[in-house]
Amino acid sequence: MSSRETVLGRIREALTDVPDTETHDTVTVPCAYRDSHADADVTGLFMERAADYRATVTRTHDARAAVTAAFERHALTRVVVPAGFPDEWLPSAGTWQRLCDEPPLGVQELDTASGVVTTCALAIAVTGTLVLDAGAGQGRRALTLLPDYHLCLVRADQIVGDVPEALRRIDPRRPLTLVSGPSATSDIELQRVEGVHGPRTLDIVVVEPEGQDMGCAEPKCARAERPTVPLFPGGPQERPVRTRPR
Amino acid sequence: MSGTTADSLVWLGTPSFPEAARTAVADGRLRANLRGATRTIRARRSTLAAELSDWEELRTSAAAVKRNALRHLDTHLIRLEAAVTAAGGTVHWAADAAEANRIVTGLVAATGEREVVKVKSMATQEIGLNEALATAGIRAYETDLAELIVQLGDDRPSHILVPAIHKNRSEIRDLFRDSMAAWGRPAPEGLSDDPAALAEAARRHLREKFLRVKVAVSGANFAAADTGTVAVVESEGNGRMCLTLPDTLITVMGIEKVLPSFADLEVFLQLLPRSSTGERMNPYTSLWTGTTDGDGPQDFHLVLLDNGRTATLRDTVGRQALACIRCSACLNVCPVYERTGGHSYGSVYPGPIGAVLTPQLAGIEHAPSLPFASTLCGACYDACPVKIDIPEVLVHLRARAVDSKRGPVPTAEALVMKAAAATLATPHTLTAAQWVGALGGRLLSRQGVLRSLPGPLAHWSRTRDTPAPARGTFRAWWRRTHRQEGR
Repeated sequence: MSSRETVLGRIREALTDVPDTETHDTVTVPCAYRDSHADADVTGLFMERAADYRATVTRTHDARAAVTAAFERHALTRVVVPAGFPDEWLPSAGTWQRLCDEPPLGVQELDTASGVVTTCALAIAVTGTLVLDAGAGQGRRALTLLPDYHLCLVRADQIVGDVPEALRRIDPRRPLTLVSGPSATSDIELQRVEGVHGPRTLDIVVVEPEGQDMGCAEPKCARAERPTVPLFPGGPQERPVRTRPR
Repeated sequence: MSGTTADSLVWLGTPSFPEAARTAVADGRLRANLRGATRTIRARRSTLAAELSDWEELRTSAAAVKRNALRHLDTHLIRLEAAVTAAGGTVHWAADAAEANRIVTGLVAATGEREVVKVKSMATQEIGLNEALATAGIRAYETDLAELIVQLGDDRPSHILVPAIHKNRSEIRDLFRDSMAAWGRPAPEGLSDDPAALAEAARRHLREKFLRVKVAVSGANFAAADTGTVAVVESEGNGRMCLTLPDTLITVMGIEKVLPSFADLEVFLQLLPRSSTGERMNPYTSLWTGTTDGDGPQDFHLVLLDNGRTATLRDTVGRQALACIRCSACLNVCPVYERTGGHSYGSVYPGPIGAVLTPQLAGIEHAPSLPFASTLCGACYDACPVKIDIPEVLVHLRARAVDSKRGPVPTAEALVMKAAAATLATPHTLTAAQWVGALGGRLLSRQGVLRSLPGPLAHWSRTRDTPAPARGTFRAWWRRTHRQEGR
């Protein structure tokens, strides 16, 4: 008998108390939790929460100016730009060299690049998370891992409120990376240290469409505006208990 | 190489919990390290959990998802196998530790490589994979900072989430200085004990391994049966390095980690980071489904591990322990863990969850003292994000531990209980026993505390300090003070 049959046989023997009429697709589980803990201003909340993880977050109409400023601030010389990243968001002139991943860059080249600039698939406000799905403008996973600096551009309409909304929108068949702030460890006396193996610096630029009122451009200021709105209006008891068919 | 389930799960040659705890409690430095760490993490967890007004509803859903996954475990594993295979992965089944080690060793050998990089994984620790690989001439490099600390120190993990919680910064600095060179790039000259400097030393030490090594071994936090998606939740980026850069990825996953659907992750990705590190979200979560052309390992193997889980599933009370998502919240709130540390449990799985998981996975005869390593205060149940009723399972396992010792010849404990029953049966025998007890207690106690009892009772008193019996009994006091009332 194969180990597969052995293990499956042991499981069936162990579960004799489960009635035959109960099957995996008839079982229901209570889902009384909230779909989102975000308030209306998901952009402000995202900026605040991403900044909590010591990512630097700015908000702009002019993506190219923001990217140019970031390149200058970090003195980037060799920058990985994945296929599909909008050209109009890149600094037009300057001293930087564009590294394309076609043909694929070797790990040594990635390791010595001074940074990477990408878009994202989605962003999650409540947790301050970027969702990367290796789509256009993001590239394969190694591109956002080996360079020590990651600049990520988020369109304001890509920000969703909370984790459930995000997972319902993404395609699980793609390689996914959820990024919440720069790499960190708390393994030594539980003291948080940023930057172990992933990029040690994460900058995020939230791009608003032209003509959109942004409020203010700094997350600190956005935070000051928010307390008038209760973060978690109502309570779960106000929602009907949904039962999710499985 | 590991033979039976218990071999690497329970550390051979370690003393039983009561003896190990006595030594640990006397170690002032260990207690200070533990107290500082558990208090910090407790405070963070409770703040972040309180931030979600529907925390209880999330727990209820998580518990229901897990319990239903377990009730149809065979079906979900078959679904998972089909989905992973369809996405380009290969699924293997391992009935016990020895078989899992054989499978992984064989897969590494087939690549022709002699080194692997590892993501922190409880399952591979449980099966003693590193030792098995070493026997086959394959070097396994732990890449999680705390696991690296444990590996360099030839130490054992003492916590599920932060395995080097028992070590402080200066101990870690000394270890890096003395041991890093034997494993690769040495620690920089004049390394300080600043955590940032220590993390930097680890980054440099491991970076060349990430760029060079062609095979990675990981565990899994979750796997979705409908899509075949596997999830690893981490902070440092070492997980991403291992899951992305090598050509071959071998993931060892306990069969209980399967979730019925990808959608279930929306519950667990809210609960796990808040419960374990007290963060809204951990820095990095990797989710992958089979293989992807041109991105990440092109050869993916998923090893489904039983190793005592089906035996645990058979116990209708004890099976709830299989719902554990290894967040370690129960360790951080446990008054016993805070004082004894993880090593005292003598197992890969310490703390309250270890006290219910280890005896079930390994067999109660291999860890008979663990169900008693608790005050039954219930803090672990309150903290558990999947609502495992750890006190209920502890009491259940205590009964099993006692039952397992029942034989044709009664144990000393059974005889004492029998004698106690006879003594309590009539007022006269009780009065006599109380008189003897009060007199004996006064003779044996020091400053009002009985530390060791004579004869066969010594075994009982070895792990307990008992207040000396009162001078008089309640019944004597009642007779004396109520005589005037005509009694």
